[in-house]
Amino acid sequence: MTSIPNSILTLVAGILLTVVSLWYGYNNGLMPVAASVEATHVDALFNAMMAIATGLFIIVQGVIVYSAIMFRRKKGDDTDGPAIEGNVPLEIFWTAIPAAIVLWISIYSFEIYGEMGGFDPSAANDMHAMHGGKNSAMAAEMPGMDMKAMEGMTASGIGASPASQGKEAAVNVNVTGLQYAWIFNYPNTNITAGELHVPVNQEVKLTLKANDVIHALWIPQLRLKQDTIPGEITQLRFTSNKVGTYPIRCAELCGGYHGSMVTNMIVETQENYDTWVASQIQPAETTGSAVMQSTLASIESMNPATMPTHEYLAPYAHEMGVRTEMLAKLVRDQQAKNHIHLDS
Amino acid sequence: MTANISLPPVAEQSSPSHGHGERRWQDYFTFNTDHKVIGIQYMVMSFFFYLVGGLLAEGIRTELATPDPDLVDPALYNSMFTMHATIMIFLWIVPAGTGAFANYLIPLMIGARDMAFPKLNAVAFWMLPPAGVMLIGSFYFGTAQAGWTSYPPLSLTTGKVGEAIWIFSLLLGGTSSILGGINFMTTILKMRVPSMGMMQMPLFCWAMIATSALILIATPILAGALILLSFDLLAGTAFFNPTGGGHPVVYQHMFWFYSHPAVYIMVLPFFGIISEVIPIHSRKPIFGYGAIAYSSLAISFLGLIVWAHHMFTSGTPAWLRMFFMITTMIIAVPTGIKVFGWLATMWGGKISLNSPMLFAMGFLSTFVVGGISGVMLAAVPFDIHVHDTYFVVAHLHYVLFGGSVFGIFTGIYHWYPKAIGRMYSEFWGRVHFVMTFVGFNVTFLPMHILGLQGMPRRIAMYAPEFQTLNQVCTWGSYLLAVSTVPFLVNALWCWFKGEKAPDNPWNALTFEWMTSSPPEIENFEVLPVLTTGPYDYGVEEEEHLATIAS
Ligand code: HEM
Ligand SMILES: [Cu+2]
Ligand SMILES: [Cu+2]
Repeated sequence: MTSIPNSILTLVAGILLTVVSLWYGYNNGLMPVAASVEATHVDALFNAMMAIATGLFIIVQGVIVYSAIMFRRKKGDDTDGPAIEGNVPLEIFWTAIPAAIVLWISIYSFEIYGEMGGFDPSAANDMHAMHGGKNSAMAAEMPGMDMKAMEGMTASGIGASPASQGKEAAVNVNVTGLQYAWIFNYPNTNITAGELHVPVNQEVKLTLKANDVIHALWIPQLRLKQDTIPGEITQLRFTSNKVGTYPIRCAELCGGYHGSMVTNMIVETQENYDTWVASQIQPAETTGSAVMQSTLASIESMNPATMPTHEYLAPYAHEMGVRTEMLAKLVRDQQAKNHIHLDS
Repeated sequence: MTANISLPPVAEQSSPSHGHGERRWQDYFTFNTDHKVIGIQYMVMSFFFYLVGGLLAEGIRTELATPDPDLVDPALYNSMFTMHATIMIFLWIVPAGTGAFANYLIPLMIGARDMAFPKLNAVAFWMLPPAGVMLIGSFYFGTAQAGWTSYPPLSLTTGKVGEAIWIFSLLLGGTSSILGGINFMTTILKMRVPSMGMMQMPLFCWAMIATSALILIATPILAGALILLSFDLLAGTAFFNPTGGGHPVVYQHMFWFYSHPAVYIMVLPFFGIISEVIPIHSRKPIFGYGAIAYSSLAISFLGLIVWAHHMFTSGTPAWLRMFFMITTMIIAVPTGIKVFGWLATMWGGKISLNSPMLFAMGFLSTFVVGGISGVMLAAVPFDIHVHDTYFVVAHLHYVLFGGSVFGIFTGIYHWYPKAIGRMYSEFWGRVHFVMTFVGFNVTFLPMHILGLQGMPRRIAMYAPEFQTLNQVCTWGSYLLAVSTVPFLVNALWCWFKGEKAPDNPWNALTFEWMTSSPPEIENFEVLPVLTTGPYDYGVEEEEHLATIAS
């Protein structure tokens, strides 16, 4: 058998490596469904990074395994290996290549961040830089402060994507994070709900605040996350393009039941959305929403730190999307701990 | 590095009985100022805390075997991961890396008889046991529950006593670490044998210069953050408390200004250890000494300007997110230089696959995965999705367990014969490696997927769709737990019954191998003279002889 020249072997290995990396990078299937255009952009970035990662992974692990097999010391050979102390061109090469890679990833990320609306001036600025001196006085009033007072202020977070910058979003929702629930208030219709309903293909703007401690609103299918910070407002804007029900999870540690701070985002057709809005507005004159409003007010005025969890949690079990068994257990736990008898 | 001559056989000159060089076991329980005693004190103590932290981890994984919070109360669950992280970081990895190895090795490597400030050294050590006892003891009062990051306002509401104990333990640990940093820096810069220039130092010393610089610059900021936090907690001030007009995000900046450098404080010493171990067991000079030395300094500098990559979803403006994305990306370059240098060192060598080398290769293999996921996390649009999820948990364990813990075992096996004077069992060392490597990957690899799919971190209850992968992680963690058994048995058994170790079992060239095993009390009978570079393997014998003559 004639031996194949080394350069050809290297070339073949290089091509194979590229093919395998690209194939895995673009077929990794690791992300959940993408429910918005922005999510598709993030996935494109992720896939590109996965392709690079796969290539690097194979090279490094390959060299380790190859060395362990091929360069193993033979029994009885006590001599040293070749005294190679370095190779400047090679070192420049493996400094320059990673530098180029991370530069490329940075530029690509920059672009995608822009597509997502990261540079929307209404979201890109530091509110505290802009309101410098008044900052602490303002924050002092925060806990009871209503969202209206904060409207018009810039908030950090993800803003409108370039096409819709400067325009109002179709749907505005004020979101409050509190231990351990999300409350969604639609200022235009004054609906308050425990789940987020949005119409498909319409731009939605969430204005986020927190009542007690820091939370983070995470919708994995939108690849979006934003902390809600007491004393500060943040925002998220997105346009979902897939009808469906997606989880909303709290992603910033907020206490014992942080893991149960889960609810749903329901993306529905405009018709279904309108039906939902109508169904929510109606009882407002009667009882439902009024009760809801007062419960909300009382919840917001509570100080969770001084209060057993279940007391303020109980009225909200349904809206929070907490499974009832969970709540029952929670109450049992608390009772056992506090020896309180709870008549329900 | 080639201007060298052969060594005066120091070991042979010392008295064969080592009569005055022996330590009594009681010495290890006293305020002893010998750097070797202190090094071993650090190692044994931190290993004890590793077991405590590991026990907590097994509790966490057992809770997560099912989606419901059915093993412990969710508040206790939060205490468990808070203590797990705090203990692993501040009482295991930091003291093992900067305490145990740096103390034991630096004076031996540079031909000094002790550290520059031996008393300060002992003080630094003895601050840690009280910190550890306080932390563990705080389980009795209701421990801190706000995670090792302890963000206000949550940390101000979860129980005063536990949080206060947590703060004071960390202040003790931080002070101890600063005292250590001063000592290492001074010792390395001032106490080398006259013949050893900076560029002839073993690379571990370079790594410790970089580490000490980070400790000295960053730790005081942590202390500041913690002191302000304790005022908010105990005196009702409002530095970070929004109800009084404070700003919680300021705490995050201060915390991460320390805690990102801290991740390099936790890994740079092991970069140093790997740079020692790979050339010796590959019988080849380190590839690119200068590049590896200087890249430590570059990492240390860049490490100071990347902190806000932990805050991409916090209340941070766009320009800040972009700035910190770019600096974080750049830090991958000096890290890459090191990794490729180590790979090139192995390439074409004569590799012994003994326990230290296996762990060093395991380090490379796993650390690279963590480095790659780190670069991905630096990309803001992607990080917004995976921040505070199990993807980050996977990343940090690939760097901290796959990096630092593998690095610790590399170092323990490599210097065990020197420090204990006996050989460990190679067979059980290899068993330990295989179990650790497999257990580690089974535990942590699936966590990447969990995070991408939507599982947040720090939760006691999760959606049922994540159960299968979580159970894989839990089984992996049990294998990891069992993997410490062969290690412990091996290390303890051989301590008393192992075969006596020669002075230089690995035929290494650095000074610590030029004295007896274990080294006598003041390290060297006659101070060694530098005659070869630290990694001159395979450099021609004649070349050495030629330089002697001159
Ligand atoms: C190439 C080098 C590295 C890069 C680019 C990198 C990048 C990052 C980024 C961007 C995050 C934030 C993720 C998030 O919270 O969303 C992170 C988290 C983390 N990294 Fe790294 N990293 C690198 C190396 C390391 C090393 C060497 C260590 C430790 C030995 C480490 C330990 C950690 C830890 C502990 C966290 C999580 C902290 C927490 O939130 O509790 N990283 N890393
Ligand atoms: Cu929350
Ligand atoms: Cu960091």
